Amino acid sequence: MSMQIDLNVLAEVQQFLYREARLQDSHAYDEWEALWTDDAIYWIPANGADIDPEEQMSIIYDNRSRIGLRIKQFHTGQRHTQMPQSALGRVVSNIEILSDDGHEIKVASNALIYESNLRGETVWATRNEFVLRRSDDGLRMARKKVVLVNNDKPIYTLSFLV
Amino acid sequence: MESQSIIARSTPDFGQLVQRDRIHGSLYTDEQIFQLELEKIWYKTWVYVGHATEVPNANDFVMKSIGPQEIIMTRDRDGQIHLLQNRCPHRGNQLCAEAKGNKGVFTCPYHRWAFSNTGKLRGYPYPDGYETVNRDELGLGKVTRVAEYKGFVFGSFAAEGPSLEEHLGRGGRDAIDRLVMTSPEGEVQITAGFLQHKAKANWKFLVENETDGYHPQFVHDSIFSVAKSGIGDLYGGASTAVARDLGDGHTENDLRPEFRRIGKLMNWFGTTEERLPEYVEKMKAAYGEEKAREIMIDGTPHVMIFPNLFIAEIQIFVIQAVAVDETIQHVTALQFKGAPDLNRRLRQQTMGSVGPAGFLLADDSEMYERTQRGVAAKNPEWNYLGRGIHREREDEEGYLVADNTDEVTTRGIWRHYRELMEAE
Ligand code: FES
Ligand SMILES: [Fe+2]
Repeated sequence: MSMQIDLNVLAEVQQFLYREARLQDSHAYDEWEALWTDDAIYWIPANGADIDPEEQMSIIYDNRSRIGLRIKQFHTGQRHTQMPQSALGRVVSNIEILSDDGHEIKVASNALIYESNLRGETVWATRNEFVLRRSDDGLRMARKKVVLVNNDKPIYTLSFLV
Repeated sequence: MESQSIIARSTPDFGQLVQRDRIHGSLYTDEQIFQLELEKIWYKTWVYVGHATEVPNANDFVMKSIGPQEIIMTRDRDGQIHLLQNRCPHRGNQLCAEAKGNKGVFTCPYHRWAFSNTGKLRGYPYPDGYETVNRDELGLGKVTRVAEYKGFVFGSFAAEGPSLEEHLGRGGRDAIDRLVMTSPEGEVQITAGFLQHKAKANWKFLVENETDGYHPQFVHDSIFSVAKSGIGDLYGGASTAVARDLGDGHTENDLRPEFRRIGKLMNWFGTTEERLPEYVEKMKAAYGEEKAREIMIDGTPHVMIFPNLFIAEIQIFVIQAVAVDETIQHVTALQFKGAPDLNRRLRQQTMGSVGPAGFLLADDSEMYERTQRGVAAKNPEWNYLGRGIHREREDEEGYLVADNTDEVTTRGIWRHYRELMEAE
């Protein structure tokens, strides 16, 4: 029972995810923020992939206005943990379309992120889930869930866009 | 020259390394000193381990720590809490690999020795091989003393010493008393799960920073300015808040003078009584109009209980020393029994401000790591802690206080540290 994949949709989704990755790696804060819908949820759970973020602590559980606050904080030039900014290079892969109702596309992907900052070098591995919504300006992120594979363990500061 | 002679000595001279207004940089970087700290602080004094509400039911357990040691906190079927070492007494296997759960018996996967959650050895396969053995001598290692204050569970590996109440002192007990009163039912609940934030820094940088009222305006200006938060002003030059040395290494930034001056309910939490009508009503019903007003104006404490429990108004931090240059902060939102509307906001604000991506703590952590690298530089050898020494004064209760930005707190931490490290 395999879903018929529309290669045009797959290509569009791929391009979108690569673009998001490039904006993150290059700290293009405003362009990245513009990828979100108004009802966006940006979620990085802790202690597993399936906790209830309304009840349990997450590393990030941002609504649209808190995403905006995060970006504003970078723009003050006083977000010390990103002064200097982390040097980043990430690989996005395993892009899989889980469903597509013509309006919203559910997508899974993995990312491997190499970070170099004052502390040293850190490798982050994530399994991501997106809800991408079609709009007049192309795809937008309505929801992004980032599951760090080691989110049950103590982790160093994670202050770049992930 | 001076420092070389200090470091070369076989036992560090803590009287030299810790002075009234300066401390030696090697205290953060020296491996031998870290090992001595484990012996004289982490494995001797009372250390905060966990909260009774983390193991609410019979046979619940949760993995905790004392310094680098893993500690299984269990509740036995009679309701008693035990702090067990995660080491099989047979051949040393790590007994439990789960973060939490519910079971009455822990079975070692290596040769299947089985232990009850009180630590007692229950049995082993093929028992005829152990015919002459006394099972009572082969139970799990335990933290020697366990004590609880209003749900906060502490452990001490020392068989003798001050009681927990003595260790907390008037100041530490008062902080927890004030904290639990934020609940209309007088109870704190630790139920929201922990974020675990690791820093490449010595644990004492974290302890010092928790009641360092000098840094917030500078380290956290980026978020105070964009979130239009009033917190920064509490730590400004004009603030009437005070820094207080509570004795025994416990310290405080007392923000109540500012909140009382402003005189608005729930202002301590950056909100208003209109937004939490249900909570405000319950508090008035529980404590009476006047007392409830007082509690809701004063807010929760900002108190560092030495060596590892930081009550930070809306959350707690549990500091875990792992290595001389590695420390984990375990942090969770405080939850108050009977206050669901308040609790929801506490969780949201905690997630925003702390943990690895927090608006506040990511920058604090950056400073921990930079100071760790900084003190590795040879000169000037000392960190200067003299801020506000000329304006230290005793308050009505006999505690040493100074302005909120002053280092009276840090000096208090180090004075106590020196006593512990010099003790036999
Ligand atoms: S090491 Fe645990 S049973 Fe042998
Ligand atoms: Fe801070």
